[in-house]
Amino acid sequence: MIRVSIDPAPIELAMELAALEERGAGGVASFTGVVRGDGGVTALELEHYPGMTDDALCTLAEAAMDRWSLLGVTILHRVGRMEVGERIVFIGTAAAHRREALEACAYLIDRLKTDAPFWKREWRGDAASWVEARASDEAAAERWQG
Amino acid sequence: MELLYFAWVREAVGVGQERVDPPEAVYNVADLICWLAEQSPGHAAAFADPAKLRAAIDQRFVPLDTPLGDAREVALFPPVTGG
Repeated sequence: MIRVSIDPAPIELAMELAALEERGAGGVASFTGVVRGDGGVTALELEHYPGMTDDALCTLAEAAMDRWSLLGVTILHRVGRMEVGERIVFIGTAAAHRREALEACAYLIDRLKTDAPFWKREWRGDAASWVEARASDEAAAERWQG
Repeated sequence: MELLYFAWVREAVGVGQERVDPPEAVYNVADLICWLAEQSPGHAAAFADPAKLRAAIDQRFVPLDTPLGDAREVALFPPVTGG
């Protein structure tokens, strides 16, 4: 069972985790990305490619389901403006055993960073700057090849 | 074809979407970027350095040497930074 959502609304962590537990899995793993206040950042703004994002995330979820024995995958990504401390992204995986759930969760967040059309802009008060992609994200995604 | 721009590419060009009809010599995505760079000062700023750009044809990521073929929608943008 795959749940994918791209939404400006806040991510309700407890509800999402409970839904994954209801899959009847022995293990649920999750990753939550939160807006960091480093370097004077006051807010983040997320832009995406509406026609493509949903498909890109579903393709990722399906790839994880093919690779590991999973009972559920949830990928939620917020778009629009978020303040420091707010959740940006949630990945949840449910499986019979911990290894599948943990590995699939790590795979999904690594691949999401390079395979889904989102762009981040940092706000520092009234000044905005686009975040540059990091080579370390490319490397993290590539380690899952093959 | 319909062009879509995101992030600073959209801001530099000044619009998020436009319809263009490039000449036949524009064969692949890299050619399209070079041709677009000549269209206005905003386009020139957005498309001056192809190494900073990534592309999707009909909503699939493609390398810049991909032929345009009969693409309906081409998106040009910086490397993605989600998550």
